[in-house]
Amino acid sequence: MRRGVVKLFSIAAVVLIPFHSPAQPSAGPSSHNEVLIKNAVVMTVTHGNIQNGSVYVKDGKIVAVGKEVSVPSGAAVIDAGGKYLTPGIIDSHSHIALDDDVNEATSPVTPQMMMMDAFDYQDKAIYRGLAGGVTTSLLLHGSANMIGGQAIVIKHKYGAKRDAMLFPGAPRSIKFASGENPKRVYGSKDQLPSTRMGNFAVQRAALVEAQDYMREWDDYDAKVKRGDKDAKPPKHDLRLEALADVLRGKLLVQIHCYRADEFLTEMAMAKEFGYKVRAFHHALEAYKVAEDLAAQGVAIATFSDWWGFKQEAWDAIPWNAVISMRKGVRVAIKSDSEDFARRLNQEAAKTMRYGGATEEEALKMITINPAWIIGVDDRVGSIEVGKDADLVLWDGYPLSSFGVPNKVLIDGDTYFDRSLPGFGMPHYREGE
Amino acid sequence: MTQSPVIGRQSSGAVVGQLLLALSLFCSASATAQQKPLVLKGGKLLTVSHGAIENGVLVMSAGKISAIGTASSIKIPKDAEVIDVTGMTVYPGLIDSESYLGLTEISAEGSTNDLIETSDEIMPHMHVYDAFHAESELIPVARLNGITDAIVAPQNQDTLPGQDAFVQLDGKSANDMLLVRDIALPLNFTGEQRRNESWEKRKFPQTRMGLAAQLRQTFLDAQDYSERWADYEKKKSDTFSKADDKKGPPSPPKRDLRLEALLPYLQGKKSIVLAAREPSDLETAVGLAQQFKLRFVLNHVSHSQPVLDYVASLKVPVIVGPIYENPKNYERYDAVYKLPGELYKRGVKIAFASYDAHAVRNLPYAAGYATAFGLPHDEALKAITLNPAEIWGVADQLGSLDVGKTANVVVADGDPLDVKTDVKRIFIAGRQVPMTSRQTVLRDRYSAK
Repeated sequence: MRRGVVKLFSIAAVVLIPFHSPAQPSAGPSSHNEVLIKNAVVMTVTHGNIQNGSVYVKDGKIVAVGKEVSVPSGAAVIDAGGKYLTPGIIDSHSHIALDDDVNEATSPVTPQMMMMDAFDYQDKAIYRGLAGGVTTSLLLHGSANMIGGQAIVIKHKYGAKRDAMLFPGAPRSIKFASGENPKRVYGSKDQLPSTRMGNFAVQRAALVEAQDYMREWDDYDAKVKRGDKDAKPPKHDLRLEALADVLRGKLLVQIHCYRADEFLTEMAMAKEFGYKVRAFHHALEAYKVAEDLAAQGVAIATFSDWWGFKQEAWDAIPWNAVISMRKGVRVAIKSDSEDFARRLNQEAAKTMRYGGATEEEALKMITINPAWIIGVDDRVGSIEVGKDADLVLWDGYPLSSFGVPNKVLIDGDTYFDRSLPGFGMPHYREGE
Repeated sequence: MTQSPVIGRQSSGAVVGQLLLALSLFCSASATAQQKPLVLKGGKLLTVSHGAIENGVLVMSAGKISAIGTASSIKIPKDAEVIDVTGMTVYPGLIDSESYLGLTEISAEGSTNDLIETSDEIMPHMHVYDAFHAESELIPVARLNGITDAIVAPQNQDTLPGQDAFVQLDGKSANDMLLVRDIALPLNFTGEQRRNESWEKRKFPQTRMGLAAQLRQTFLDAQDYSERWADYEKKKSDTFSKADDKKGPPSPPKRDLRLEALLPYLQGKKSIVLAAREPSDLETAVGLAQQFKLRFVLNHVSHSQPVLDYVASLKVPVIVGPIYENPKNYERYDAVYKLPGELYKRGVKIAFASYDAHAVRNLPYAAGYATAFGLPHDEALKAITLNPAEIWGVADQLGSLDVGKTANVVVADGDPLDVKTDVKRIFIAGRQVPMTSRQTVLRDRYSAK
């Protein structure tokens, strides 16, 4: 192992080379807490590519990135043999691992639903996504309701215990929806909403209710502050508390929305009630009003080329991502499907063909941009010093039909290795 | 490849006869038939049948490929329009071996769908050509990625859902585009046909046993029907020869369109497309086909990894996939991705299909993905060109860049199987097809500054 720091990509790494005794190997090939991946084409996403690059990982974090990286002799070495190394893929719209308990379709406003309560951490879809290079996913409520439930963010550490899979400290997100789905779900039962007018009336009414609820609590808090001993607290209401948190800006608002006019309505409503929309999901007509989205700083999480499955997807075009991006919108390509989650790299590569995204722009759509949508872009989504060591080593070129993950590391630990027999997972054996 | 193509073997049979008739209609009827020779010059020609030709020349005349070779070996006709395609890849139009093009527009809007008749499981008298919507907005979208021909099949919720058509994705009308009507009959045994499972609403057939029994009875009925007609024909000719017969001419049996539709398949004149995913279903379905001596190709075999040697031993082609189908929970993540490669290794002729309408354009990418899991690149390209042409009995017209074949030709800026490759020009029967669709119109309208 070379000791001299020859040329570090990251300045911060220069001083960060302590000399520990080697990690004690415990459960197989993946248990080193120090790993050096060398001789890779490192696609950092945020700072270009490094040919013959190395990434040094310690205690789950990226400690050094560069042409030459100095590490202690105890680190496990993965010789990439010239393969591509990317950050783990991030899926900003997923419904896997929820045992199909995705929609509490009994009321159009259910913000008190917690996806955590449905999280089936043994779902093999987590493994299959992992084998496709996905390391982080946002698991969302379905789109039956104008205001659905609260999401969870997971890391695809298949074989780990439930709570070990949760992304520590990830911000809370809530799912809103609009358009055909809510109106079909309730309209088919002859309930409100059955039109887009009904949809937005329901949403507006819920937000007004939340404003009243918030005011009651603010009044109470003010009384307590004044020392009013007789002040009685209002009744706790989970549903309205969640909505009040939307109004207080404590939840990232993720809105399922297809049609151009509905983006405008949703953004106007957010302005009226004083919250921010984090991202429009699906967003197949974003290209029609991209300037408006860009002006509000609203991102989109979209499909690469899925279309025509319903009326509001009829104007979907595969150039949506790139047209929107060129007009200043932050764009993510997401799966919304167990299937697409296994090959988001291929889906992102389509943006290079439809509209001419560069390699880096395409890669951003499945890494740093979805990380921003989820609110974890300071932690994952690029290969940078200090970030979580969520890394994918690829067989073949990742932005093509031919690239497939060879190894996937999460927090510096190998969770998938294609060369291993069986399921290819150091942390999981069938029957465990 | 050790086996000969199932339908292609009968190259003088009815299927090809129909095709030739359709092609001649096509050329004579189309107002936009190719007028003067077109030459593609300077590209890399992926012939599929005889390797790649760098700096090649391909000549299209009267809707056919009239010459192909290296620049130095081909004489360019004097009146030809020459298109420089230096740096481009030129390959035969891609063939989708199962699509629903022309049977749907918007999936969730029932009024736009003609995908499957679910009033009964046995519907062989349904004909895709009766519903095929030639002006579907989905067709140009598929075509723009180089797919020029497709099998159009009914969806699979019936065991016998109706007969497929082989369609060319450009033409003046449905008549032009339907190259072969009733080219094959799907027989689906994948579990999805069990639609009477609900205990409250149960009716026959509720189980796989019921579906299989229903199929056997149907083929027996068709055999019986065939014999009754044969009897009748015999009696008729006997009556004719014995003019003094007092009984008079025999009366014909009542026509039954459902049973009549099965006769070409019972007689082995056309192929059944036998769909099954898991080994148990596969073996039941193959047993049934063998009992009635049906000629068949296999479809899917998605979870039949344990019996691939058995599949190979059947010596029939396989329409494989979709390879993006999820593996079963007991299967490794790549179990389905690897199928094309595993079948190829065992000498099985394979073809890919989109099994879709809106996503037909992604057909080449599935073939590309299979190369990351053991299928050689050339074989992947073959599995969306020459192999399906052979499987469907149209290899004398389609599937490779060879003199005499229909000039269905694609020009693109890279590897046909890569998602990044942009298709630049499409020729169908020698006509340059406009590179526009509903989607490009929207793109151009909204990407303007």
